Amino acid sequence: MNMRKVLAALLVMTFVFGLLAGCGSSGSAGNAGGSAGGAAAGGAEETILLGVNFELSGGLAAYGQSKINGLKIALDEINAAGGVLGKKIVLKEYDNKGDNAEAVNISTRLMGEDKVVAMMGPVTSGRVMASVDVAKQFQIPMVTGTGTSAGITVNEDGSVNDFVYRICFIDPYQGTLAANYAADTLKVKNAAMLVNQSDDYSIYMAEAFKKTFEEKGGTILENSTFVEGDLDFKAALTKIKSSGAELIFCPNYYEPDALIAKQAQELGYDGYLLGGDGWDNLDHLIKTAGADALQKAFFINQYFPGDTTEKNQNFVKKYTELHKDAPPSFAALGYDLMYFVADAIERAGTTDPAEINKAMAGTTNFEGITGSFAMGENHDPIKSALVIGYTADGQYKVVEKVQ
Amino acid sequence: MKRLLSKKNLAILLGILLLYGVIQTLISLGILRTFHQVNLITICISVIMAVSLNLITGFTGQFTLGHAGFMAVGAYFSAVMTVKWGVFFPVSIFSGAVLAAVFGVLIGLPTLRLKGDYLAIATLGFGEVIRVVLLNTKYVGGAAGLFGIPRLVNWTWVFFAAVITVVVIRNLLWSSYGRACISIREDEVAAELMGIDITHYKVLAFSVGAFFAGLGGGIYAHYFYGLQPGTFGFMKSIDYLVMVVLGGMGSITGSILAAVVLTLINVVLQQFSAIRMILYALLLIVIMIFRPQGLMGSKEASLELFRKMGRRSGNGSLGSK
Repeated sequence: MNMRKVLAALLVMTFVFGLLAGCGSSGSAGNAGGSAGGAAAGGAEETILLGVNFELSGGLAAYGQSKINGLKIALDEINAAGGVLGKKIVLKEYDNKGDNAEAVNISTRLMGEDKVVAMMGPVTSGRVMASVDVAKQFQIPMVTGTGTSAGITVNEDGSVNDFVYRICFIDPYQGTLAANYAADTLKVKNAAMLVNQSDDYSIYMAEAFKKTFEEKGGTILENSTFVEGDLDFKAALTKIKSSGAELIFCPNYYEPDALIAKQAQELGYDGYLLGGDGWDNLDHLIKTAGADALQKAFFINQYFPGDTTEKNQNFVKKYTELHKDAPPSFAALGYDLMYFVADAIERAGTTDPAEINKAMAGTTNFEGITGSFAMGENHDPIKSALVIGYTADGQYKVVEKVQ
Repeated sequence: MKRLLSKKNLAILLGILLLYGVIQTLISLGILRTFHQVNLITICISVIMAVSLNLITGFTGQFTLGHAGFMAVGAYFSAVMTVKWGVFFPVSIFSGAVLAAVFGVLIGLPTLRLKGDYLAIATLGFGEVIRVVLLNTKYVGGAAGLFGIPRLVNWTWVFFAAVITVVVIRNLLWSSYGRACISIREDEVAAELMGIDITHYKVLAFSVGAFFAGLGGGIYAHYFYGLQPGTFGFMKSIDYLVMVVLGGMGSITGSILAAVVLTLINVVLQQFSAIRMILYALLLIVIMIFRPQGLMGSKEASLELFRKMGRRSGNGSLGSK
């Protein structure tokens, strides 16, 4: 009896490890160019190994997936054009599940084991923050395309994190831009805010908006908050409406803000609505709120798919062909991320991570589809943003380019 | 004294020191690099979490889904002590564990009169309360999290923390306290009839489990640079529950084995993002079909077990069903 159980346990164990071994070998065969070629000293001469540490499964997978889709379009273009420094770029990609410890684990794996020359990712701020110290430890540059939290590149004491870069703008910057637009262009004096209290993205943006808006002589009449998952905003909106605010700043993600737009219209509110890049989901907003409710709504974004530059049209065409959908900002930033890293390696003229790091810091004029930028001294890009509005038939239109 | 220094105990002590020595040597020789160390430490944290959860769920039979909540208490409190108050880190990790134990008592007293699903829901609620409170506390960074915690623990600290956890829980279970806990799992009414103070032992198991979960959280905080409330969601509790069930409810060595196996599986699956979760789930299903009682059932891998292999015996297990 006991023997049989032991035997069963052993069988299961063999099965598990057999399956694992199977996965392991098929994996390395699939990435032969990446793992084998990159690790071997001879192979490193022919390819450049870059690491990808993205949220590809779990709750944040949607962001990671669209970003890697964009990134791979850029990768194909670069390799088709002969690669960088005459070498093809090979990616080593891992999935961090949206977990901080896992992101640290993978950053260590990419930098310590696979010996990548630079790492791209993670996609969202928390994971990036967790990986910052790993990049410092191994002295290998990492670039996030979409981590917007201010603390990623600059520490609390004001020191800048060496080896850590981003190519998107930061949350407070969006809030400042929104306040400028409200005060200068829309000529609004009295505004209200409706902020998701459980998301730092919303909180930071709201703080920056309030500060700049008040500096410009405006008044915040109502500062209402809600938490993740709230669906009914009528109480707050009624209060805002009776306060006489001409504009509601909604620095949240598109799900609550679509409902806010709809409910504000139902209550007869006829002022402006203003949001950040969390609104970047045209379908959802139009379907939920309707184009009518959005005629006086605007949001700040880094990317506009209708941008007519040749580069962008080419990207949109490829993306739409491959994924049957218009590219979201995350995909465009993924595309730019790949080109940014390739550009830095090209300018460094070598695959030495320290030289690549210098080249990244010294970026003066990078032209991407999300705008051209120089790398600021805080390792944040200095780039322009777009104010996007809606046409009567429910499409995006660029209202203004702001700096 | 004679019992304490018996041949068997000495052999186990030697084995532990040998394991530590071998790995420490490999680390100092540079054969085990940072990446291996990250995973060794992840394994040790999982061992601490799974063994302490096994005490509550596997041995005392109280189905809880709030283990990540205790972990969060330990992690945040110790991190705040180290970073904001400048306390020496072993002291802050210990204090975090103590605070988690206090929470264990506070939560345990009102909820442990519940049974089965009801207790699971109540503890699930507790875990969520902790997460939401942290989310809304500016002092610990709110939703953005608490970052900039120096990496202070290393393999030595973590390994011995895991050893202490296992030894304490093992010795607790092999004492009269432990047998009382197991009797509660087997039959609450019968245990009460035998004069066992059910509430007392339940709260005891709960707070000891919470203490070590807090310890695991403290180590997590001092190794992974930062904390975010989202990390300690209810899925984290499920992760550790999976380890307990997979290893065998009521087997400490089973929990250890499962913590090692699942951590390694996770590392292998990192590169298969698209099918990662499917493979992981498939593996769990397969193991559960072939070993519904878990890898070890309620048996312990002990020196006796190896000696008795092949002979019919039930003595190798503790309170097997």
